[in-house]
Amino acid sequence: MFKMTSNIMRNLVVKKSTRRYPYEVREPFDQVRGELVNDIDRCIFCGTCAVKCPSQCIEVDKQTYKWNYDPFACVYCGVCVDICPAKSLFQKTQYRKPVGERLTISMQGKPRKKAKDKEAAKAKEVPAAEPGGEPPPDESPSAPEE
Amino acid sequence: MRKTVIPFGPQHPVLPEPIHLKLTVEDERITEVIPALGYVHRGLERLADVRDFHQMIQVVERVCGICSVIHALCYCQGVEEMMGVEVPPRAKFLRVMWSELHRIQSHLLWLGLFADSFGFESLFMQFWRVRERIMDISEATTGNRVIVSVNVVGGVRRNPDAEQLRWLLTQLDWVEEEIQRLETTMLEDYTVKKRTVGKGVLTGEKAYELGAVGPVLRASGVAQDTRQTGYAAYGDLHFEPVVETGGDCYARSKVRFRETLASIDLIRRAINRLPDGEVRAKVKSKGNPQGETVNRVEQPRGELLYYLKGKGEKNLDRVRIRTPTFANIPPLLVMLPGLYLSDVPVVTLSIDPCISCTER
Repeated sequence: MFKMTSNIMRNLVVKKSTRRYPYEVREPFDQVRGELVNDIDRCIFCGTCAVKCPSQCIEVDKQTYKWNYDPFACVYCGVCVDICPAKSLFQKTQYRKPVGERLTISMQGKPRKKAKDKEAAKAKEVPAAEPGGEPPPDESPSAPEE
Repeated sequence: MRKTVIPFGPQHPVLPEPIHLKLTVEDERITEVIPALGYVHRGLERLADVRDFHQMIQVVERVCGICSVIHALCYCQGVEEMMGVEVPPRAKFLRVMWSELHRIQSHLLWLGLFADSFGFESLFMQFWRVRERIMDISEATTGNRVIVSVNVVGGVRRNPDAEQLRWLLTQLDWVEEEIQRLETTMLEDYTVKKRTVGKGVLTGEKAYELGAVGPVLRASGVAQDTRQTGYAAYGDLHFEPVVETGGDCYARSKVRFRETLASIDLIRRAINRLPDGEVRAKVKSKGNPQGETVNRVEQPRGELLYYLKGKGEKNLDRVRIRTPTFANIPPLLVMLPGLYLSDVPVVTLSIDPCISCTER
């Protein structure tokens, strides 16, 4: 009985152990792997994320510069973020809010000029001025076409 | 006397997962038990054919919903052994830290569910309240709450700094204090003892003979724990298993309760002795896994075994997983006969059944 009384007195003064959730949200931790975002302007459409993804929720179309992502198949493991060579993928610290319908996130990127291509373009201009210059270096097959 | 067959499960208020037990009952006493499994088979082992050996880490983490770190740890150890990768010492200690955090949260979850199985719902709430702090630690240090995917072939993905580890230790102090406050209720309360002492007794010889593992075996007085083999950094931490001799539900809950506190102690020792340096070895130059390995680790529920076979290709040839609940079902069938029907939920839960684990 005495033990019970002390417990009751303690419970009167301690803080509640629950939160009024939708109105009060705890601050997320710094390193949480939340919503996956692609900064499409930095994306080079290499397709590494689509290959490495364990749940195969990412599709990359190298020809049309499309990046498709199914957030409901994603397991938020963060493998794609770790391996992204252009560092265009990152994860927010907030989780995705629940929605009523399934959706696929589709992002359309612009063909991006690589530094190598810019040099190639310059090299193309140079032979016009002085013929007999070196031919421009071959473009790699994965390089975006203008 | 007339016999009646009563189905227990696959859907039962006390069971979190579907297991079906056909109970043959004479009056109120159980005479025979026949289990039926196969309600949540997902075919995860077969996925090794289409996922490469790095992607399989995320697949094996989903074998068990509660102890993801330990499944991934066992798998990674097997692949590392085949590829000849040496894991950096800091990564080994961090693996121990996260394994033990998962053991604490799994045991707290079980202690809560066990309290709920005999109708002590406020104790259930108290254990889960404490568990929430462990989930926060997981989220802060690894990025996710339950399926943390922190293990990779060659080490771990996260490297907590000194400040984060200090914060972790202060949180653990709070957790330890709160668990100790619940000790008198869980282990000395009259009503709790009435429902657990002397129920589902398993003798030491019988447990050993039937191949019981984990807390079920240790509660029967057999001091066997896979952590004694010294995998990861357990060899450096002077680990000693927690043993009880009662062999009943009370002893099993006591083993798990004491293991929670022992795990907190292990984390403290691991953090104090944490070496500096890299946390991830380079594996790209090692090629693909080739050969066969058998690896054992200690899950919260007992010994977990992984058999891996590689042919030097990106996909593994065979992944075979034997989970602890599978080993603990035969002892359960010996515990139940002779008991009253009303004790079945408590005794069934006392082996900590993880059915999605068992059926993979």
